[in-house]
Amino acid sequence: MNPLKWIKRREEYLRERKLWMDELMSAGRAEEGRRKFMKMAAQALGVAAAGKIVPHAFQPVEVVQASKTQASMIEPFTFAYISDSHLYEKTLNERFVRQLERAVADVNALDPQPDFVLYGGDLAQLGQPGELRLGHQILKELKAPVRMMVGEHDWFLDMGDLWKELFGPPNYSFDHKGMHFITLMSVNEKDFWTDKGLTPMQRMQIVAGLDDGRQSRFEVGDEGREWLKRDLARVPRTTPVVVFSHSPLYKYYRDWNFWTEDAEQVQALLGDHESVTVIHGHTHQVLTHRVGKIHFHGMLSTAWPWPYAPEGLPRLTVQMNRPDPFNQTDGLGDGTLRVKKTGRVDKHYNLWNRNPMIVSERYLTSNGAEDVPAKITLPSY
Amino acid sequence: MAKKNWLKMGALMVFAVCGISMYEVAQAQKQDPKHPPVAGDGSLVVQLCDGKTNVTVPGVDPNTRLTKEQAQAVSSELMKLWMTKQDPAVAARWMSEASRSAAAEEKKPEPASGQTGNQAQEQVTPVSPRDFMIWDREVAREVAYGDQIFHDDKLIGSTNGIACAMCHPNASNTHPETYPKFQVQLQKVALLRDMINWCIEQPTRGKRLDADDPKMRALEAYILSQRKGVPMAPGKH
Repeated sequence: MNPLKWIKRREEYLRERKLWMDELMSAGRAEEGRRKFMKMAAQALGVAAAGKIVPHAFQPVEVVQASKTQASMIEPFTFAYISDSHLYEKTLNERFVRQLERAVADVNALDPQPDFVLYGGDLAQLGQPGELRLGHQILKELKAPVRMMVGEHDWFLDMGDLWKELFGPPNYSFDHKGMHFITLMSVNEKDFWTDKGLTPMQRMQIVAGLDDGRQSRFEVGDEGREWLKRDLARVPRTTPVVVFSHSPLYKYYRDWNFWTEDAEQVQALLGDHESVTVIHGHTHQVLTHRVGKIHFHGMLSTAWPWPYAPEGLPRLTVQMNRPDPFNQTDGLGDGTLRVKKTGRVDKHYNLWNRNPMIVSERYLTSNGAEDVPAKITLPSY
Repeated sequence: MAKKNWLKMGALMVFAVCGISMYEVAQAQKQDPKHPPVAGDGSLVVQLCDGKTNVTVPGVDPNTRLTKEQAQAVSSELMKLWMTKQDPAVAARWMSEASRSAAAEEKKPEPASGQTGNQAQEQVTPVSPRDFMIWDREVAREVAYGDQIFHDDKLIGSTNGIACAMCHPNASNTHPETYPKFQVQLQKVALLRDMINWCIEQPTRGKRLDADDPKMRALEAYILSQRKGVPMAPGKH
């Protein structure tokens, strides 16, 4: 179906559902509400029985469960992810290219195919046109549609000009099978380059240095948060939301920008919704975190793994084993997210040289009590 | 008294200058400074550690040991020559630093007896705060050079754009405290430098460094400095 049409129909449906819910809720006392509810349900059934077209939200099955949560609207599905490929041009570094191709092959081999593939940012290493175009070309091989996210390595040479030309705006949202997805540009940095008179390449290289303290901290920023607020305003609180961000939308380790400076403000905006899951890149490791109702998952890189930071590791994280330096694809991989009926996800880490890890919805909702992933034998130093 | 002071100052400065310039000299010219030239008539020639400034001691055989007075005269002369080559502002700063430290050394505390008051709190040692300053600065310089190499793919000789810090921000997961340890992949007991060379050759596709290559020494200095305070754990995996 034409996506625009699809979005329009989705909006219509939401509007109808909201009107109906408002009417139901404004009935005030519970008893009255229940009577009204029964009456409306009967009306809907009547219409259905008469063989007329019924607005989706008014269909009896949906009505009964929608009074509590919208979870029943979710049709379980799977999407895949590939992240942090840090491509140089092929003549300089062929290995990183090969590794991205391996991830693409992994995802193309999934049967059934995922509904879409999230690319988690840092496609290029130094934002070079040759690097971005090479990545663009390789990702075209994916059979499933791709949802792109930008990383700091893609951005800070030309401040996103070429990336936007190739992939579109860095902030966007879409609806899919009853869920609302938001891709949020979270790697803005306050200007540290103008005063120092740095060239675009110098700026890029400083940002590319994970432990380079000359750069600023990542942030969504005022504009980004304003955009997020407007976007969320049109999404019912009961609709499960999934946010894609390159940096973790929480504070893990400041020195390496495993960090978003305005994380608390972003979390506050998301906190109004009943179910929010954040999928982030940048950290090149298995990461699991929870702040209130917001669940967080990190993504693996296809280029190189990063050690766990010396402090600030989120409590719920079960680390991945320390990668073996003698095996150059260890600690790397890709993965899938299995969206459940609840609108939460089971996060599958497809580690190339290890057993896969699953960080499940149950593990997070039970606050780490149930379905605990296997513990490591080789911790990070 | 004044002359004695001057001699002391001279000696101190030769020492300091040697310390500071030793590193640069080693970098700039790979010539061993232990073998200065010999004068035309076979007299002893003493060379300053800048590798350029020479003083000839006429009539003294290169194999003779100089008397203390002769040595002092040579060192003062070398210092004087070196000073003439310096920017006057730098030379003036050196002079004032030297005289300050000489003055500080002059002020030896009166030994106090138990009858008239407490004894001095610290024993006098031949090490001054200025010495510590110099040593710290030298270590910091070595570490900074290592830091630079560690973060620069070109300096490490990488041929594929990969630099050490890309996988090891702040030298994390390099764990120098765990060496020596048996590294099954190398089939031997490895030292830190073996792993540095392995990383140079494999992930960065560069050329291995000699164990005493200035870059290897600087890399070790940087990596070790990042793990300051971590308990030694040789053999740990």
